[in-house]
Amino acid sequence: MDLTLTPAEEKFRDECHAWLDAHAPREWHDSAFRESLTPASEIAFLKSWQHTLYDGGWVGLTWPREYGGRGTTFMEQVIFNQEMARAKAPPLINVLGIIIAGPTIMVHGTEEQKRRYLPKILNAEEIWCQGFSEPNSGSDLASLATRARLDGDEFVVNGQKIWNSYGHMAQQCLVLARTDPSLPKHKGITALIVDMQSPGVTVKPLRQITGDAEFNEVFFDNVRVPQANLVGEINDGWNVAITILMFERLNTASLLEIQTKIALDELIDTARRTLRNGRPATEDPLIRQKLAQIYTDVEILRLSTYRSITRFQRGQRPGPEGSIDKLFWSETAQRLFAVAMEILGPKGQLVKGSKGTVDSGRWSYQFLRSRADTIAGGTSEILRNIIGERVLGLPKG
Amino acid sequence: MDFAFSEQQDLLRASARQFLERECPADMVRHWSDAPQGYSPDLWQKMAALGWMGLVLPETYGGSGLSFVDLTILMEEMGRTLLPAPFFSSIALGALTLLETGSDEQRQQMLPRLVRGEMKVCVALLEADGRYDPRGIAMRASIRGNRATLNGTKLFVVDAHVSDYIICVARTRGGRDPESGISLFVLDITSPGIACTPLMSIDQTRRLCEVSFTRVGVSLEAMLGGRDAAWPTLQRALDKATVALCAEMVGGAEKAMEMCVDYGKTRVQFGRPIGSFQAVKHKIADMKVWVENAKSVVHYAAWAVDRDAPEASRAASMAKAYCSEMYTQVTADGIQVHGGVGFTWDHHMHLYFKRAKSSEVLLGDSTWHRERTAALIPL
Repeated sequence: MDLTLTPAEEKFRDECHAWLDAHAPREWHDSAFRESLTPASEIAFLKSWQHTLYDGGWVGLTWPREYGGRGTTFMEQVIFNQEMARAKAPPLINVLGIIIAGPTIMVHGTEEQKRRYLPKILNAEEIWCQGFSEPNSGSDLASLATRARLDGDEFVVNGQKIWNSYGHMAQQCLVLARTDPSLPKHKGITALIVDMQSPGVTVKPLRQITGDAEFNEVFFDNVRVPQANLVGEINDGWNVAITILMFERLNTASLLEIQTKIALDELIDTARRTLRNGRPATEDPLIRQKLAQIYTDVEILRLSTYRSITRFQRGQRPGPEGSIDKLFWSETAQRLFAVAMEILGPKGQLVKGSKGTVDSGRWSYQFLRSRADTIAGGTSEILRNIIGERVLGLPKG
Repeated sequence: MDFAFSEQQDLLRASARQFLERECPADMVRHWSDAPQGYSPDLWQKMAALGWMGLVLPETYGGSGLSFVDLTILMEEMGRTLLPAPFFSSIALGALTLLETGSDEQRQQMLPRLVRGEMKVCVALLEADGRYDPRGIAMRASIRGNRATLNGTKLFVVDAHVSDYIICVARTRGGRDPESGISLFVLDITSPGIACTPLMSIDQTRRLCEVSFTRVGVSLEAMLGGRDAAWPTLQRALDKATVALCAEMVGGAEKAMEMCVDYGKTRVQFGRPIGSFQAVKHKIADMKVWVENAKSVVHYAAWAVDRDAPEASRAASMAKAYCSEMYTQVTADGIQVHGGVGFTWDHHMHLYFKRAKSSEVLLGDSTWHRERTAALIPL
């Protein structure tokens, strides 16, 4: 047991550090610059940043070299994530491509698909989205009703997807569709790559609790998809999806943990500047209790990620135990933003654009946004079922 | 970065589990926690023969020189079986305090005997106002020449009734800084003027005593660490003892959770195993989250105090803040999951619930350690 970095890991960290210091665009921290961005110019800016990272060899670190990655360990990926956060660098825009679509194609795709799609995922030439959830298939994903019917050498796709991130800027979508309704619900599903520019694809932004539209509804109306875009076997899409979700958990855990740590550091800063009963909030015994608890919980998130990485490095595939970390992360994030609102008192409710906001209204925004954390990527209820049944072996309901 | 146990450590755990399951089954726990002494001297000797007493003590004192992380493995296993024995008091707290604060001569005098299982030593820290920081130390030791006289009462001294020696934390000088002016004395517990009264608590698997000192005379040679300056080294020992206690709590909570998993699979109501109902399943899933999180923070704290990392004290306090809530919650839900049978004397769950509650307050509860965490972040 050793929680320090090895000399090789330290060297890698220093490399990340130096490169990011030299290349991370400083204008990203400039609020005037950020406010001057239009949706289209922000996409262009982030695509160009990911391309710069790609040229530097920093995208898809854990991907095998043959697919354009660097074949690093997960620990090195985590170190890179930490350094990105430290440098306050802009995020990777093609995160779904890197975390979900790419690994899925590597495991289940054909040679042709690997050559065609993987390089453009890394350099952000093609942004990816995923088409899994449907209005009537949320937690019960396997009940999905979007149909894909084989017609000659093409599939014809009809149906509606929801909670789709990046759809409005994506070139490609990994879609789960039903190819055989006569089979049991888990068995008749197929994974397809759908070109978002195909005729019959309509993307409609979905306005959410914060007033923003991060997600979309995507409609497929007789969309023709070449059979060559099939990922894995026909009717084997559920297994393909399960691999993806496992990958998603392990990879995402580190990013989310770091995001939450940054939010906590900023909250502590804000609390120092916020007066409660005439004294800084950080001197209020009740607030100190709550901040110390969240600090401990955020440390636990970091340590749990390290445990998962160690298990992975010792040859264990990521399994259902990832649900524990996701469940705890989501509840921690919600507590964090609830405490932020408590610290700010009446000012907490003010939103961006109002007079009198604290930190431009980011806390009220994130307080609202964090309600999604216990829903997206598996609701807490589904995760508790997974922990109960697949980790502890309790009987199914 | 490698955050897992080594193969040798896994072996240590497996052999400790096997030994304790054989030597300390639940009926033995009940038997010994009914007895006046509260532990089995035979089992104590067997543990000494296995080398457990000196596991983390340097070889110079007859120990094996293993790491503190190895000790927490033993503590987890002892917590699983609720081993009623003065191991926490005499080794995790007593021996480590001697090691941290004693001179080489003092260590040579006592540690080898501790390692051989020939003697036990307890630590008398808490007083009437129940605080674990230097302000809680009001008991006076007045020094004249090369002798000190101790007067006062210590509370909640773990296992004093079976200890041969007692380490007493006392104030040798007043002043504005509460940390300075504190000294430690190690005394033969049979010294004239020392009176030990066992207290009756809900948790009979870990015994607590009141120890009063009435004009107890002691030579300054019995002083451990620097005169008036013992607190910082004592604090290091307390951090270690705290993490050892947390490990014990993790082991107990994991066992309580496993009992719930077994019961959830086998207990049938409405024609189905109760573990298939989400109301029960989700409670048990939450226990798993508590236990895994506790392992993450406790193993980290064990590593940090072992290597005297700069964040060691904060890590220890985070671990105790978390475990104090975790163990009580898991065992309270453990009773709930077992329904009526969980409330009976014959079922073992209440033994874990009581151990959880007594451990929750020992060496500082969650509120205490969260405030200490806040101070060490620092907020």
